[in-house]
Amino acid sequence: MAHTIASPPRAGAADTSRVKGGRRGRVTDSESALAWIFLLPSVVYIIALVAVPFFLAIAFSLSDVTAGDPSYDWAGLAAFRRAFADPVFWRSLWNTLIFTGISMALIIVLGKVLANILVADFRGKWVVRFLVLLPWTTPVALSTVSWLWLLDSIYSPIDWLLRNAGVIQGNMYWLGQPKLAMASVIAVHVWRLTPLAAVIMMAGLLAVPQDINEAARVDGAGFWRRMFEVTIPLTLPVIGVAGLFGAILTFTDMTVVYVLTRGGPTNSTQVLASWAFIRGIEGGDVAQGAAIALFLFPLLLAAAVLILRAVRRMEIT
Amino acid sequence: MTRLATESTVPAPAPPLSDRDADRLRRRYRLRHVAGRVFVYVAAVVAALLSASPFIWSAVTAFKLNSDLYNADNNPFIFNKPPTADHLLYLFQQTDFGTFVWNTLWVGLLVVLITLVLGLPAAYSIARLDRPWSGWMGIAIFFVYLVPPSLLFLSLSRLVVTVGLQDSAWSLVLVYPTITIPVSVWLLIGFLKTLPRDIEEQAMVDGYSRLGAFVRTVLPLLVPGIVAVVVFAFTLTASEFIYALAFISPSSQKTLSTGVPTELIRGDVFFWQSLQAATVLVAVPVAFVFNLFLNRLVAGFTLGAVKG
Repeated sequence: MAHTIASPPRAGAADTSRVKGGRRGRVTDSESALAWIFLLPSVVYIIALVAVPFFLAIAFSLSDVTAGDPSYDWAGLAAFRRAFADPVFWRSLWNTLIFTGISMALIIVLGKVLANILVADFRGKWVVRFLVLLPWTTPVALSTVSWLWLLDSIYSPIDWLLRNAGVIQGNMYWLGQPKLAMASVIAVHVWRLTPLAAVIMMAGLLAVPQDINEAARVDGAGFWRRMFEVTIPLTLPVIGVAGLFGAILTFTDMTVVYVLTRGGPTNSTQVLASWAFIRGIEGGDVAQGAAIALFLFPLLLAAAVLILRAVRRMEIT
Repeated sequence: MTRLATESTVPAPAPPLSDRDADRLRRRYRLRHVAGRVFVYVAAVVAALLSASPFIWSAVTAFKLNSDLYNADNNPFIFNKPPTADHLLYLFQQTDFGTFVWNTLWVGLLVVLITLVLGLPAAYSIARLDRPWSGWMGIAIFFVYLVPPSLLFLSLSRLVVTVGLQDSAWSLVLVYPTITIPVSVWLLIGFLKTLPRDIEEQAMVDGYSRLGAFVRTVLPLLVPGIVAVVVFAFTLTASEFIYALAFISPSSQKTLSTGVPTELIRGDVFFWQSLQAATVLVAVPVAFVFNLFLNRLVAGFTLGAVKG
């Protein structure tokens, strides 16, 4: 390499600079100092605006803080008791689990299919990719507003299609009936997150060495066999990561619910995040809102540990 | 992997083929190939339609007359009456749409700038300066990404009030980097790992300090990755909803994400065509730019995420 040739004169130059250059030369060259200086701003920022608020949330949940009376008074577990006494809380917890479980399963399967399509070679791929990315890159609130009209109680184009196909008479009232409202929320969420899952899984697919696939093909393995016995086992960790990401983004999300149904009808689509928002910000009961939001944390921690283990396994292979 | 290797040796060696058999096989494989191609195209078109149909339909709706739209018997997918641009004009002239776009843009750009200024050195420190804590720090930052806004918005909104930024878009500039820094650092670590270490070593041999080597040689080579991160971080800020909703109520300070759903829906009155126009006007450019950098982002996910 070039630096073996260049190094003898450089050693001397470095020595003189260390003698003459004094402090500046030392700091910008010292790796341990530089490592800390480089990292410190981010660490300070994250501690100030993620770690501190997190502990603040715990403190709030043990207090009687409201929007009207922000002075801090210790109230023990009163806020938690208030939250638990409300059946809407349990409803939200249950809804969160349903919402997350079903969405995640669908997102993984559809994301996998979509990833396979996106890595294939075909004409017009650029246009297809552009169209497929739309649901994810558009600000959630905006695309959900579009859906609000697609699911309108009277003018829904989906109803129009079903009516003209002779499947229904009248209207479905997608967002007006508990079960259908939940299904609609899940559908919109799956529609929105599938492209992200597909992009992550694409990364995994592209990382599979081509020769393994070729070898399997030469040995006579067909498309499905290659898919289930070569690609899927090899990309399982990436699929896991995509799934857990999807899960985290799903059970902490409230945008789709908030814009589509505001938790209705009669809280049948209320999730923990939206309920915490309605209590904490709109209701002004900061303590109870914080107590509800904290319920997301154990689930979050479990998901994070699972992700970490999946990533570890990937490092080994 | 080892299981696969043994498995793939299983098929017995094929007996020698006669010409006719070979021909038949060839035909079969050609047919299978054609079927495969047709399948790929059909699947691609179906996927594209499922994803994009709400937007395509929004684009049609945006130009519809009220008397066309508000008639449940009309075919919602075509113009039953002549199209009109009135609702598009309404969006620009009578609503704060322009303000929302402007707020989203400047908030997004400042957030991206802060993200790069803080995130680039952090990523370099973790990826290249080989401290004993580098690995742990990478994992810690990854976990920060998983702490969701729905857990923090209450305390952060109190914090925003304390520093006097409530009802100002500046509160978003302050808070959004909590979302963008972790994911950007994570992607940048991935991109940094693709650059050979010889680059800095060579620059240092030529007399640059470590800092100089980072600024003069590593940063320019990292530009493609940085651009991908900029696009990604900007998309994240533009989509954010919870903080924007919790911190800001006056419409002059709202971003697209909260402004369009709250200001264009007044009570029960929906400005449907204008809403649909707004969605399409925002969706198309963002997805377009994103698509330009998709390959690089995919690479970043592999490198940063998969290879830790």
